[in-house]
Amino acid sequence: METPVQIPFDAQVLDLVREKVPADAIEPAPAVDMPTAYVAREHMLAVCETLRDHPALQFSFLVEITAADYHPATPRFEVVYHFACLGEAFAQPAGAAVPRRLRLKVRVPDNDLGEQSLPWAHSLTPLWPAANWLEREVFDLFGVAFTGHPDLRRILTPDDWTGYPLRKDYPVQVRKDAASWSPMQLTVEEFAANVRATRAASAAAARTRVDEPVPMRTDKD
Amino acid sequence: MTIEEPQGSILTTSVEKMVQWARRSAIWPVTFGLACCAIEMMAMAAGRYDVARFGAEVFRGSPRQSDLMIVAGRLSRKMAPVLRRIYDQMPEPKWVISMGACASCGGVFDNYAIVQGVDQIVPVDVFVPGCPPRPEALIYGIVQLQRKIDKQRMSA
Repeated sequence: METPVQIPFDAQVLDLVREKVPADAIEPAPAVDMPTAYVAREHMLAVCETLRDHPALQFSFLVEITAADYHPATPRFEVVYHFACLGEAFAQPAGAAVPRRLRLKVRVPDNDLGEQSLPWAHSLTPLWPAANWLEREVFDLFGVAFTGHPDLRRILTPDDWTGYPLRKDYPVQVRKDAASWSPMQLTVEEFAANVRATRAASAAAARTRVDEPVPMRTDKD
Repeated sequence: MTIEEPQGSILTTSVEKMVQWARRSAIWPVTFGLACCAIEMMAMAAGRYDVARFGAEVFRGSPRQSDLMIVAGRLSRKMAPVLRRIYDQMPEPKWVISMGACASCGGVFDNYAIVQGVDQIVPVDVFVPGCPPRPEALIYGIVQLQRKIDKQRMSA
């Protein structure tokens, strides 16, 4: 069997990131599909800020956040982040950054508990709003709390769920009665108010459409 | 005194038989596709298998207009209250077909997330086995349901 080709970590990215953080805060790791590096938990936000904002990097797209449970190894969890730079068309100024992908991993020990008595990592929501739901998913399934997250609730399992299903020590075949009832998320008054607001908005929009003729397209457009 | 011959064609029947005939001849299913079974359910409704031959082709987007709920796919625990609410919103009389292995017993998903059989949530009239069942199998299930409706007494 052939040995898979290892993807080297981009030296330019490494150098630019190390301008802001200590050299041992980011450490390239072997990978076969995209450049990968381990980042120390306390420096994650600084590293990400450089990745997003440096003109030569511009990783403006947070693709994915997930995690892995290496129970019973220590540190037990790794949170995995995928980033993408979308390249010429989306870089400011145009052409400043090349399109590429990047994977960062953060080791999260389970003997250092933070808020909610859970293993923790820093939230990336201040940098990428897309991190919001992705981090809720990791919190829901792995029980990793993200400090600085604005709304850390369960997202996939029901709100009253106990335990974190994708942890290695979670019993897969839980025998539990299925709930057949859950309360409405709106009160009757809120529902009626929503209907009234929608009707008023569509009536206003209809009036606008009648009053203002649609501007004709010309050759100059 | 002469008895007048009735004009046109006349059949005599009981009210019960006529109601049963009416109910089974136009079973409108509510759209409740949950997973891959829904693809077979759509194939059943489309031209090749054409469940319109059995009067059950009018899939409704609203439970208020439906007689039948075809639970097509695995039901997650979080979806279970939603399924029950849709079922409760359907007017009587109403029936449920549990389509496929996952809806009937959890299928391959013997885990924490999936309800192990939708009969824990709603009363099921016909179970259709298969993973997923072919459209013919679902049509057979609907025909079985029609037979069941034919035997349902109005005054029980």
